[in-house]
Amino acid sequence: MTEATLGGEVPAAPRSGGAAGARMGGAAFGDRAYQLAILGFALFIPLLLVAIAGAVVSAGWPALREFGGSFLTSSRWDAVNGEFGAAPAIFGTLVSSFLALLIATPLAVGVAIFLSEFAPSWLRQPVAFLVDLLAAVPSVVYGLWGIFVLVPVLREHVMPFLADTLKLGRTPFFSGPAYGPSMLAAGLVLAIMVLPYVSAVTREVLLAVPRSQREAALALGATRWEMIWDAVLPYARSGIVGGIILGLGRALGETMAVTMVIGNRHELSASLFAPGYTLASLIANEFSEATGDLHLSALMAAGTTLFVLTLIVNAIARWLVWQVARGPRGR
Amino acid sequence: MTEVATRDAASTASRPAEHAARLFTESLDAFFGEAHVVRDVNLRFDDRQVTAIIGPSGCGKSTLLRCLNRMHETVPTARVRGRVLLAGADGTPQDVYTRGVDAIAVRRRVGMVFQRPTPFPTLSVRDNVAAGLRVAPGGMPPRREVDRIVEDALRRAALWDEVKDRLRESATGLSGGQQQRLCIARAIATRPPVLLLDEPTASLDPISTQKVEELVYELRRELTVVIVTHNMQQAARVSDRTAFMLAGELVEVAPTSTLFTSPGDARTEAYITGRFG
Amino acid sequence: MSAPASRRARPRRPHPSGHQRAFAERTVRTIARRRVVSALMMTLTYVAAAIATLPLLFILFHLVREGAAALGPDFFTSTPRPVGEAGGGMANAIVGTLVVVGIASAVGLPVGVGAGLYLAENRGTRLAWTVRFLSDVLNGLPSIVLGIFAWDLLVRPFGQFSAIAGGMALGAIMIPLVTRATEEMISLVPGSLREAALALGYPRWRTSLTIVLRTALPGIVTGALVAVARVAGETAPLLFTAFGNQFWSTSVTQPIAALPLQIFTYAISPYDEWHAQAWAGALVLIAIVLVISVVSRFVTRARFGTGSD
Repeated sequence: MTEATLGGEVPAAPRSGGAAGARMGGAAFGDRAYQLAILGFALFIPLLLVAIAGAVVSAGWPALREFGGSFLTSSRWDAVNGEFGAAPAIFGTLVSSFLALLIATPLAVGVAIFLSEFAPSWLRQPVAFLVDLLAAVPSVVYGLWGIFVLVPVLREHVMPFLADTLKLGRTPFFSGPAYGPSMLAAGLVLAIMVLPYVSAVTREVLLAVPRSQREAALALGATRWEMIWDAVLPYARSGIVGGIILGLGRALGETMAVTMVIGNRHELSASLFAPGYTLASLIANEFSEATGDLHLSALMAAGTTLFVLTLIVNAIARWLVWQVARGPRGR
Repeated sequence: MTEVATRDAASTASRPAEHAARLFTESLDAFFGEAHVVRDVNLRFDDRQVTAIIGPSGCGKSTLLRCLNRMHETVPTARVRGRVLLAGADGTPQDVYTRGVDAIAVRRRVGMVFQRPTPFPTLSVRDNVAAGLRVAPGGMPPRREVDRIVEDALRRAALWDEVKDRLRESATGLSGGQQQRLCIARAIATRPPVLLLDEPTASLDPISTQKVEELVYELRRELTVVIVTHNMQQAARVSDRTAFMLAGELVEVAPTSTLFTSPGDARTEAYITGRFG
Repeated sequence: MSAPASRRARPRRPHPSGHQRAFAERTVRTIARRRVVSALMMTLTYVAAAIATLPLLFILFHLVREGAAALGPDFFTSTPRPVGEAGGGMANAIVGTLVVVGIASAVGLPVGVGAGLYLAENRGTRLAWTVRFLSDVLNGLPSIVLGIFAWDLLVRPFGQFSAIAGGMALGAIMIPLVTRATEEMISLVPGSLREAALALGYPRWRTSLTIVLRTALPGIVTGALVAVARVAGETAPLLFTAFGNQFWSTSVTQPIAALPLQIFTYAISPYDEWHAQAWAGALVLIAIVLVISVVSRFVTRARFGTGSD
């Protein structure tokens, strides 16, 4: 059948080979280039991680090879004699972080419950904003405030209060001289820094609990609090745990604020009043004065330890969240 | 609305050359994975005519439409068998599924308007209409030429008067009906010989629907128009020829008045009388 | 003959009534107690909220009080004076922060946006899942560990601290943040927009870059600015990469000053003048961080207006 041609501006028709071949080359080439480019950028991430792992391990390797397991268990940190054991730093890392979470979690969950259940609408935005803003404050600013405001307050008011007025000084946890810079100070600062993360996650999870759950509980005659405790919180449990672990991860790696208030001493003490070290603050504090390659490598090995510790904690976190999410909800 | 008589004149028997088909399918099959959603369809789309495709939900009419401009294959498990022949500038029909033919080139010659208006939100009204020009074979024309083309397209889409003072504003500020006409203007700005419309008024209010229908009816003067609709009255108002599909098969195709007054197939009759649908 | 005592002595008012009353009283007391508990808990959450908002207010208060005192135009234009001399400023540190953050962005933004595009457009694939997972892992690494990474690769082999090394460490921090923001924003763009572009004859790559990316841009820019604000305040990774510099330097292959580094150095020093400078620096740093957050919100709003060519 013959077809009449249409006049007017008609873009060139597709033809196999020749022009269309070239045009197909154009678009297909563009697509190919684009796909390769974004793939390349995406692959940068795993490569970067491999590079990080390699660098961190290799930096600490001389010390780790020299000391082996004793690096983790020995408390002797003697630059003069070339003996390095990071046990106090590991201990301090764990203690300060757990202390931080101990203080922060009830507060964070409390704030989150306040924001999602009780807050009058005019108060909700400002309070949420202020709490979230805590996450934006740089670590060094927390440290600065810690040195010049928090530590003096601890030294002059809080520690004497705890030790003498509350008579807690008799216990090993609050014994010893109150210098100021201490595990307690570090725990407190970390708690403030970790609070916004736990709170944000908890808030999100609480808001995600369906209205029907809340209404069912209320309809059964529960009080406001009982509804929260029995119907909302269990639903949100896995999310809250995830938030806590997120906070823990942050606390473990926090450097500046901690190094400015913890006292930086290789000491393994049960007392919260005692100064101490964390892996991160150890590196920050001693780097500029590292004497010799072995010392430097020991510091880097502390970094390696921290790296591995963080990976383990995050892995546990993922597993925990997965477990709790699978578990029973509610009672 | 429109005279039934004029449509009858363009009957199949003595088709004048100006309605010779630029687009037709030959034994077209389409699959989503294993699902056979378009079965052996042979359908001709006459030039300067509106062809409507009607049928119940799931009959494959939208899929058939999307095979015409090779949009079907953008879905991962999609497959096509058969031929879709599109006439080139010199008139010779060519299978758009030939190896070596770029789908992009096909889409530049076959415009499409979707069910929901989709103006590009970050572009102004003017830039939306000109969006197709960017990827035209010659590249973007000089600015004044673009302005002329944009005005021309907006006039042909019966939208010019409403937006001529808002050309630089965001396209999302327009009403739903205006946005859909904008999408039509965008599709016809590059003067494709074929325009496909997939239920274009499904999300519009009655007044906008009417405007779009009038527009579609006008556009038949320059283009091959294919419209998929689930609204039989719309098909009756707007099209010259109507095809009825059922379960992937082309049951019947006829001049619109004939199909709706004396359908040849019992299934067609059952559908248009509302026995199912 | 005696009838059973109970029957004979049965009072007019039935015994169960006494039990009923007692039970009712007990229940009322229990409900009352539950209500009290609920009110108490609610109060506790108010207290928690109050306690939680206090630290920020305290910190801001102290920053303003101590920092404003030491802040003058000198602060922004001069470099540090030796100990004992009054005055001086942190001009070099402010500029140094810009340089280091600039380098970080030059690495972090392209990789982040590119990876985010990949993740959004290849959602279900195993590689995408892996990359997303590893991005999260990267996000959780302590910043000092990233400093060690940059030190080992860019400082140790050359025996020299440099702005580039610092920028790399910060860039590594930025990448997961920008990636996640990009992936989320791109995924929010409706598929119908992509389809409309494809139907117009746009090739896939052009659809992604000029239509989809453009639509998602406001959100991506916000995410990028958040990442920038975050790294601008980072100190730990710079401790042994950029290292700090008391003098004016913008060379990327030399140690360079940075605001957070300078604050740290001054804060732990024994000199009062330096302490004052540290407060001033901290005030400036917080102001920068806050300004970036606000600006990012404006960018988002402006972009939703007219798009121009």
